[in-house]
Amino acid sequence: MRLTNRDWNALGLSALLIAVVCCLPFLTQGYWLSIGVTIAMYAVLATSWALFSGPTHYISLATAAFFGVGTYTVGYGIEVLPYWTLLPIAGVLGAVLAALAGLATLRLSGVYFVIFTLGLAEFIRQIITWVQNLTGQRGIYVLTSITESHIYWQLVGLAALVFLTGWLIGRSRLGFALRIIGDDEEVARHSGIHTARAKVLLFMVPGAAAAIAGAILAPRYVYIEPMLAFTPMLSFQVVIMALLGGTGRLWGPLVGVIPFTIIWEAISASFPNQTTLLLGVSFLVIVYLLPRGFVGLIEDTRHRGREAQA
Amino acid sequence: MDVIVTGLLLGGLYALVAMGLNLQYGMARIMNLANGEMLVAGGFAAFWFYTAAQVSPLLTVFIVAPVAFVLNWLIYVVFLRPLVARAKSRGQLEVDSILTTFGLSFVAVGLMLAVFGGDYFSYSYLSFPVSLLGDTYGANRIVAFCAAVVICGALWLWLTQSRAGLSIRAISVAPASARLVGIDVRRLAALSFALGGTVTATGGALISTFVTLDASTGVLFTLKALVIVIMGGVGDVRGTIVAALLLGLLETFVASVIDPGLTLAAAYLLFVLILLVRPQGLFGRAQT
Repeated sequence: MRLTNRDWNALGLSALLIAVVCCLPFLTQGYWLSIGVTIAMYAVLATSWALFSGPTHYISLATAAFFGVGTYTVGYGIEVLPYWTLLPIAGVLGAVLAALAGLATLRLSGVYFVIFTLGLAEFIRQIITWVQNLTGQRGIYVLTSITESHIYWQLVGLAALVFLTGWLIGRSRLGFALRIIGDDEEVARHSGIHTARAKVLLFMVPGAAAAIAGAILAPRYVYIEPMLAFTPMLSFQVVIMALLGGTGRLWGPLVGVIPFTIIWEAISASFPNQTTLLLGVSFLVIVYLLPRGFVGLIEDTRHRGREAQA
Repeated sequence: MDVIVTGLLLGGLYALVAMGLNLQYGMARIMNLANGEMLVAGGFAAFWFYTAAQVSPLLTVFIVAPVAFVLNWLIYVVFLRPLVARAKSRGQLEVDSILTTFGLSFVAVGLMLAVFGGDYFSYSYLSFPVSLLGDTYGANRIVAFCAAVVICGALWLWLTQSRAGLSIRAISVAPASARLVGIDVRRLAALSFALGGTVTATGGALISTFVTLDASTGVLFTLKALVIVIMGGVGDVRGTIVAALLLGLLETFVASVIDPGLTLAAAYLLFVLILLVRPQGLFGRAQT
């Protein structure tokens, strides 16, 4: 793996950006820091989502399931194990769940996958609620000394890790195979690519990332209950943000996450009942006006600019 | 015995709802994830007419059906036909229609929340007990089941006996070839989409007589209908009915023996089982 000058520049620039982003807790606390946490969380979720769904065109609605598994890993584990060991455990559990889900559905058409992932979060939620009813326990308390700033730094670190993973996958044989699968799965299969295995491997990335994000955010919730940890809205928000930004580029989802989070926070603060409507309208905007997201828009403008110059 | 009859009564209504989805997915080739919202809208209409003017839900059906037909036809023509026209492949249409119908479903939930609020709604219509085979059941369940059977039967007769039904079945088997033998695929796809929505909304009006609904329950019904359609086989009417009855039985069994909170989990497990064992549906033939 040889790195060109351009790669080094990109890596250096990214490191610098991450360092700048990490300064936020020193500048502000309170509202803007909590927005920062939300943006960092969605950056992790949407970017890792797009790593899988961008090339494969499978729409995964399992984010809430992975996220909730991560949250509950911390919820049940915090009494027994030190906090730092719980994050990798959550990641492994998320990846295993993703692999199982992938093995069951990724050979089949996209519709089955959507339904399977949509049901997954609800399924786990009902099971946990049932178990809690049996044992008479309602929710779990997660009491730690972790502050909002710590959560923010962890999420930014995780986001950096996701970006790095995406970048490495893009350069690897797996990334090459995925680009061919994305173009034409039939061709990929005929040229000897094990398509199902490639897809399952890739699906483990968002699984692990979302579970770790859930684990990081568990101390912020303090009180964990199934309805909170497995909220189905989360999956849909992630899909919208990623598609709004555009899945064609690694940085694409980020372009969707930042404006959408700010608009979402503003609307849910003043019109809490209209968030579903906003979600619906965003879906329609994506399909009819921005099929390739903001990235597509930016690239088209650049393209036109270049043509005008020539 | 009690469980079996209750399960079958529930399954009959599921069959009606899933038949609506099957018309949309199997025939019009649109995976309509806003299907459950159409059901809730039908239920809302029945609730509203009953509480405002004491109109029996069985009569409301005759108002709900034409309105739902026009509404769904419009949805197809305005939102979905452009997608069908621009899609380069089946996969692309699938992704686009999934996103669009999710969007529509959220818009519908948002509108219903704005109009009716987030409360649960239920009304008591025909809620006296009727005894059947030694046990007692709510009269509303039995009446709704009978209505569902009549509608399913009529639909089945129409699909198998009429010329339009024959053409629609042809579309579901081979859309490209259907055009070659002079079938107007564009018009019939819109027709079956609208008809599917109508059937689902009617089912919603009937279900609302004995199930408590609220603005956001639609997605649960969508999931159940999807499980039924996939289990029964896409485009297969007989399979849909059998699968719906099975799901009704399973849910009633789980709810009464284990825990009422696990009905969706049970439906989901059934779905996973079908995916692993018979992804082509109960009566489907494996694709070569």
